[in-house]
Amino acid sequence: MTLTRLAFKSLLSRGFTVGLTVFAIALSVALFLGVEKLRTGARASFADTISSTDLIMGARSGSVQLLLYSVFRIGNATNNVSWESYEDLTGRPEVDWAVPISLGDSHRQFRVMGTTRAYFDRYKYRGGRSLEFAAGGEFADLFDAVVGADVADTLGYAVGDPIVVAHGLASFTEHDDLPFRISGVLEKTGTPVDRTVLVGLGAIEAIHVDWQGGGRKSGPATPAEMLREMDLEPAAITAAMIGVKSRLQVFKLQRAINEYPEEPLLAILPGLALQELWEIVGVAETALTGVSAMVVVTALLGMAAMILSGLNERRREMAILRAVGAGPMTIASLLMTEAMAMAAAGAVLGIALLFGGLLLLRPWLDAAYGLYLPVTGLTPRDLGVLAIVVAAAAAVSLVPAARAYRMSLADGMMIKF
Amino acid sequence: MTPVTSHGTDALRLKSVRFTWPGGRFGLDVNEFSIAAGETVFLYGPSGSGKSTLLSLIAGIASVDAGEVSLQGQVLSGLRAAMRDRIRAERTGVIFQMFNLVPYLTPLENILLPLRFAPERRKRCEDPQAAALTLTRTLSLPDPMVQQAPASTLSVGQQQRVAIARAMIGHPPLIIADEPTSALDSDARADFMHLLFDQVARSGAALLMVSHDRGLAENFDRVVSLSDIARPIRGDTA
Ligand SMILES: Nc1ncnc2c1ncn2[C@@H]1O[C@H](COP(=O)(O)OP(=O)(O)OP(=O)(O)O)[C@@H](O)[C@H]1O
Ligand SMILES: [Mg+2]
Repeated sequence: MTLTRLAFKSLLSRGFTVGLTVFAIALSVALFLGVEKLRTGARASFADTISSTDLIMGARSGSVQLLLYSVFRIGNATNNVSWESYEDLTGRPEVDWAVPISLGDSHRQFRVMGTTRAYFDRYKYRGGRSLEFAAGGEFADLFDAVVGADVADTLGYAVGDPIVVAHGLASFTEHDDLPFRISGVLEKTGTPVDRTVLVGLGAIEAIHVDWQGGGRKSGPATPAEMLREMDLEPAAITAAMIGVKSRLQVFKLQRAINEYPEEPLLAILPGLALQELWEIVGVAETALTGVSAMVVVTALLGMAAMILSGLNERRREMAILRAVGAGPMTIASLLMTEAMAMAAAGAVLGIALLFGGLLLLRPWLDAAYGLYLPVTGLTPRDLGVLAIVVAAAAAVSLVPAARAYRMSLADGMMIKF
Repeated sequence: MTPVTSHGTDALRLKSVRFTWPGGRFGLDVNEFSIAAGETVFLYGPSGSGKSTLLSLIAGIASVDAGEVSLQGQVLSGLRAAMRDRIRAERTGVIFQMFNLVPYLTPLENILLPLRFAPERRKRCEDPQAAALTLTRTLSLPDPMVQQAPASTLSVGQQQRVAIARAMIGHPPLIIADEPTSALDSDARADFMHLLFDQVARSGAALLMVSHDRGLAENFDRVVSLSDIARPIRGDTA
């Protein structure tokens, strides 16, 4: 009978408590690795919010601020980019394509974004995925709107429904004289696009024809038919997404924009800015890892306490082992073997729980939060965590092992009750 | 491995042994005590006089503070603890008063347990399982019980018989028994003594048995009172 087999049988004989302990370890390991997965998944999803866009151009402010309002629709632009500057700069030879963005209006709690149809081709997320329509299609008419998945879900919109755009971000003054019609509903992307109402750039101009400085012009409203005939070139836009012909020219173009003499502008590389932003958000991430590590430590300490409290009942078993020739070291290592076996079983069960949970929750996480968690095999980091859990179990079991060592020396032949 | 001394053939020899339990409340002082190979010795003494303490020293579970304990001429004191454990596993078989068996193992696994720590005893049985079953059959324990039932389901008498088998397997030269019959009724006691003597005679082992019950002493080669061989050391009884 090997020591491992002996340890195994001993564990089996205390199945219930051992099972609970193993389960506690399993849960903690699943939690820890799950948090890890969420963390990396969130980070990857976040970094994938916008891809294939080389530069984002806006009025000069901070790069994080520009990223926040142009991509995440959080906060506001301090200034606009004049249409002349936009045309001038996007006419440069380095520029392959450019999509203007105009923000500032809202529909209920959602932002309205004016843009061109090119947006549907050029906006890419999650490593080059394109926007897709769940129903309907791009805007055909001036007063067509495309809504993101969350907008349609929350407000119960379908293709063909009318929709009213409010001026500004608080919706006291609505452009109710010019109702839009929903031409398309987008598939869920997990990006801020889900929470956006997209309209043509011209439409943004059209609804502001009768407005001046935040107030409505007196006199009759310009009829929609007339607006459709008007030249609705905007005077200014909020930002622009730009693609270059060759990646080598990104920095040259960025410099040209940043040093543009006519107007103070800023161009950012979205990937870099996203990383910068994540570093700000990342503090919470570290805290989360810390908390789940504490849960693992707690489970392991619980196991040590369980072994320790069982020692008294097992004094007899140990005296017998001593009597048949086991040294105190053998008894100590028996306890350590048990601890490591429980930790290893807990870790393996934890992984099973994690992957089971992941497979079950993944579609839901993707649909509800746009959080895409790839079910990969165990990463070297995961394996490292498991090795650390088993090693830590060995370390905490030193306490009961040392106690058993001392006890088995002090007990002699006497078997106490 | 056995250095030959004048007492080289003795199964056990204690010389000028001094031992005190941690805490110092009780100890023993043994000037000279030996058991010849194959000899059966009955040791008696009042409760608390230190009989189990002496057996702990002989079985090598506790180690002496001064003096020598030797098994078949091999001095244990002064050896590294691991070596001492190895030698006592090879050369002694131990039977307790009760609770001899690891409850979650089968009787068979319990019997084979000492062989894990005593490779030479293992070598002496060609097929350990068969040897164990031969022993249990002569001890009238049915095979299925020995092979399958967890030890905790056996009666006390059955457990004591399994304990004999465990002490005897691989033929250690010295069997140490600490009041092995005190948990048994008189019929079972007579049975047990008969089986024990039978086994000891077959393997040629020496036997040192401790008991209160002087009535069991008659078949032994020698009857010894603890007070004749050992002086108790009593610290402050605070
Ligand atoms: N493991 C131990 N640690 C400390 N003191 C012990 C230990 N075992 C025994 N003693 C002490 O040694 C003394 C003698 O005990 P021991 O068990 O040797 O007596 P005994 O002769 O076997 O008695 P009994 O006939 O009741 O079994 C007692 O005072 C006891 O308290
Ligand atoms: Mg005793």
